[in-house]
Amino acid sequence: MPDMDISYIAHLARVELSEAERSKFAAQLKDILAYVAKLNELDVSNVEPTAHATPLTNVFRKDEVRPSIEIEKVLKNAPEQARDLFIVPKIVE
Amino acid sequence: MSLHTLTIHQLREKLRRGEVSSREATQAVIDRIAAIDSKLKAYLWLNTDDALAQADAIDRAGIAKNGKLLGGIPVAIKDVINVEGQPCTCGSKILKGHTSVYDATAIKRLREAGAVLLGRTNMDEFAMGSSTENSSWGVTRNPWDLERIPGGSSGGSAAAVTADEAIAALGSDTGGSIRQPAALTGCVGLKTTYGRVSRYGLVAFASSLDQIGPFTKTVADGALMLRAIAGHDASDSTSVPQPVPDYTAALDRGVKGLRVGMPKEYFIEGMDREVEAAVRTAIKRLNELGAEVVEISLPHADYAVAVYYLVATAEASANLARFDGVRYGLRVPGEDVIDMYGKTRGAGFGEEVKRRIILGTYALSAGYYDAYYLRAQKVRTLIRRDFEQAFAKCDVVVAPTTPTPAFKIGEKMDDPLQMYLSDIFTIGANLAGICGVSIPCGFTSQPKLPIGMQILGKPFDEETILRVAHAYEQGTEWHRQKPAL
Repeated sequence: MPDMDISYIAHLARVELSEAERSKFAAQLKDILAYVAKLNELDVSNVEPTAHATPLTNVFRKDEVRPSIEIEKVLKNAPEQARDLFIVPKIVE
Repeated sequence: MSLHTLTIHQLREKLRRGEVSSREATQAVIDRIAAIDSKLKAYLWLNTDDALAQADAIDRAGIAKNGKLLGGIPVAIKDVINVEGQPCTCGSKILKGHTSVYDATAIKRLREAGAVLLGRTNMDEFAMGSSTENSSWGVTRNPWDLERIPGGSSGGSAAAVTADEAIAALGSDTGGSIRQPAALTGCVGLKTTYGRVSRYGLVAFASSLDQIGPFTKTVADGALMLRAIAGHDASDSTSVPQPVPDYTAALDRGVKGLRVGMPKEYFIEGMDREVEAAVRTAIKRLNELGAEVVEISLPHADYAVAVYYLVATAEASANLARFDGVRYGLRVPGEDVIDMYGKTRGAGFGEEVKRRIILGTYALSAGYYDAYYLRAQKVRTLIRRDFEQAFAKCDVVVAPTTPTPAFKIGEKMDDPLQMYLSDIFTIGANLAGICGVSIPCGFTSQPKLPIGMQILGKPFDEETILRVAHAYEQGTEWHRQKPAL
């Protein structure tokens, strides 16, 4: 099994890790991946995957306009807001 | 009179007769919390004025007397279910100071049933853990031994109900987070069938596994709570449009003629001898009460933990993407928006949450998706089939809830894999989407710690598992024993 490139995965996940966390996680995740490798013991070539356990498929509702949560409430917990908008650092130059 | 020690049914009767008011009952529970919660730390937040105001409104409207299911009953809520106007931190510092702006559907239904929403209970951060040690706000202690964990992730709700700091509580179960703490603290914990209770307003950890369910002092109380919160909800497309039966009505039918399946894979080497003996004795008791005991097999049980830690972490890595410092919660400024995401999440999430996000992201990443995530989903199918085949031979499956009693605080914190393996008996039910209830079935001797037995049932057959649990409970005193606090 290849070693996990923790820095790359952390970047994909948008989680900044300290040097100490990277080395600690690397060792622990190596153990965990070695454990989950037991799934390779099974032949699953003719098995369909299960994504969820509900008996439902394609749940639709009418496309109707309904009231949603009021803007003041939506913005109530925002770290930064102005003029009914969330404020974020500049994205486009 | 110690009102806080009453069950829902007992308190309901007193309220109905007008012997006590909801204010008196709520005040009694608040006094109990004030007296002992500094030892347990089951609660993260409690607003006495708010709780008493709710109770007063119920007393004024006469809700306790007009037959509402939970009229005037004080109930505690796990800190992962939104209650409008109350904090919701999911046990995480990334949501420090967050106030819910809407009610979860389960909460709306509790309000409609007349419950008093007391406060927020402690939990492992984002429900990731088996001990409540992963909370950003400190560990909750087991009421039977303050040096031990109460189980998790719903450890605060379990400890609160066991220690009479709430008449009942809500928790959530993704891999055992209701049944395991119920077993380790000695109360009743019900994991509902996937789709039975709306997840709208439950902060998502693993969407294909999460379910809300009650903690109660008796099985009959669990039946009442379930009736109040169950049912289809247009706001959750995975909730199933199936009628909600009167779970209380089925309780007294007994177990005569029912087939109880004993899975040989759930009685394994290395499990605690007293736990095994207590559960075997309990199964013998069900046999004496008229149930037929049959040996069954769940051949893929040994793969459940591996499947779970790929499926649940993959789903979590996607669900927790929303905590990015934009709309709510912590924001740590960065050079640009990507830098802000990374810094916010790095500072805001605790160690276990980061570990699981990394594992889940890896399992979903290009080149590893088929080997990990897809393979895990296929083995999930095999585990689901195991239960389908088992339920062709029996009406319920009975097994220990956990392989050992409550462990010591700190014991498994440096070994995540050992922590994960403590969920070995509970995870299968979540993967298969079936229902299960954990009930007290004994105590270990030295020290005295609760032992739990879980009764698993077919999808949407909560009636039968509650009926079996109730029949067992009637002839025992385990659930009446209280920790000395």
